[in-house]
Amino acid sequence: MSTLDIISAGIATSIQDAGRFGMQRYGLAPSGAMDRLALAAANCLVGNSAFAPAIEIGPQGAVVTVRDGPLRVAVTGALRALDIDGHGKRLGQTITLEDGERLTLGMARDGIFGYLAIQGGIAATPVFGSCSVNAYAGLGSPYPRALQNGDRLTVNVCAAWSHERTIDLPSQTTGALGVVMGPQADEFADACELFLNSQWRVSASSNRMGYRLEGPALKHLHGYNIVSDGTVDGSIQVAGNGQPIVLMKDRGTTGGYPKIATVISADLGWLAQTRFGRTIRFEALSIEDAQARACAFHDLIRSLPDRIRSVA
Amino acid sequence: MIEIQSPRVLPSGDAALTVEFGRSIDIEANRRVLALDHAVAAAHIAGVTETVPTYRSLLIHYDPVRIGFAALSRQILALVPPDTPKSVVIRRWRIPVAYGGAHGIDLDDVARAHDMSTTELIARHTGGDYRVAMIGFTPGFAYLSGLDPSIATPRRASPRTHTPSGTISIGGTQAGIQCLAAPSGWHLLGRTPVRTFHPQRDPAFLLEPGDAVTFEAIGPAQFDRLDSAAERGEPVAELIAP
Repeated sequence: MSTLDIISAGIATSIQDAGRFGMQRYGLAPSGAMDRLALAAANCLVGNSAFAPAIEIGPQGAVVTVRDGPLRVAVTGALRALDIDGHGKRLGQTITLEDGERLTLGMARDGIFGYLAIQGGIAATPVFGSCSVNAYAGLGSPYPRALQNGDRLTVNVCAAWSHERTIDLPSQTTGALGVVMGPQADEFADACELFLNSQWRVSASSNRMGYRLEGPALKHLHGYNIVSDGTVDGSIQVAGNGQPIVLMKDRGTTGGYPKIATVISADLGWLAQTRFGRTIRFEALSIEDAQARACAFHDLIRSLPDRIRSVA
Repeated sequence: MIEIQSPRVLPSGDAALTVEFGRSIDIEANRRVLALDHAVAAAHIAGVTETVPTYRSLLIHYDPVRIGFAALSRQILALVPPDTPKSVVIRRWRIPVAYGGAHGIDLDDVARAHDMSTTELIARHTGGDYRVAMIGFTPGFAYLSGLDPSIATPRRASPRTHTPSGTISIGGTQAGIQCLAAPSGWHLLGRTPVRTFHPQRDPAFLLEPGDAVTFEAIGPAQFDRLDSAAERGEPVAELIAP
């Protein structure tokens, strides 16, 4: 049995998979990977199922080592330097770690979250169908909290292959993030135009619960308190100060601020990888167009195994 | 005869829709929400992944790869009960609460605000006929309808950044049972040893939307006894006949 030891965890590094569904009616957030495409790509590279649990690496990076190796891993997501004992390695390509070798994942230079998947997968026990860490609720496996220095992940045994592998991903999306207006767009009237025509700066006080945006104040028609109703990944709440907050994976399941719009599911990973201080803008889509984009995103994830090729 | 309006169906992004029955805290609307929630669960619609009932609306999460917004909206609207269903209590819980002192730091202030003794305030709080209208915000936080209107209290001007686990509080016309420590702008009347959410217990979540709740005052010594039992995974809350 091999293990991956965490020498340095950095900040906001945790085990994540697709998330925990079915318990939002009890107030439990789904959690799960902030960038689903990057998680799926890392897993497909090492031959795991797309949403198997992997390590979501925070912006500071991390250092890991192998005991009783070798192990094969792949790192995707945020742009960062990778090296094994001084020898540079590539993102989006499998890496074989020999027994005792140390893999250093540098600081993110673009994007925020990285994904480190391990061939065979991390030995973990799902709770409510997921191993994703939700530290507030005390859930997640093998550790119900963010990873810490000295943690040890046991890896499931699996068959190996000889060549390293790489993956072709479509080039990163640019332009405006897609939104579907509502469900409470009628609480804003003219402010909807202002919302769609403005640039929004991603605040440094953003995290896995929500991304705070800074820009012109959006005026509510009837005040900023509504009777709480359910939230989704991508709900854009407008707080009392008129500034939007995009709710992310560790959000409260209900909220009492009006929601002007909702970021489409296909663009949530792109938003999650937007560096704090950068500006974004939004484009309103019809529900039909938004659902066509969701289907295309689903097809892209299904096509990942076909996008893998061997490196000689 | 009161005319029943049909609900509004609104997209919440590309993977959820909101069925809105009203815009205020309204027991009738909540009853319709819970009735639709049961109907949706019984209908087993392909593509529906989970539902979140709240005071005034039902949020339905679904997989847009399996069903589109228009088709799902039609199916959901066909399930809406034609009139407000009768209130039927399936389960009633007795929840022990240690009031005042360190367990309920706002008890004295709230009693003073309503010009009554703390004994009277406790009697009116335990005397309410509560229903779990929704569970949300944080794991296991039960929002209750049925607070005695004579003790309704506007929320604090500045919310506290930390309130303890088990907090029993009121905010406006609402009452709450909080499970985990969390920020709150509500008034803290007491604490319950009951864990409405305990990840190592089966069931992990004790309360369901629609459950009836009665509070029972206990002393600090009994709180400590029950708190240890609850930590070990005992429900501590008692199921009593509806």
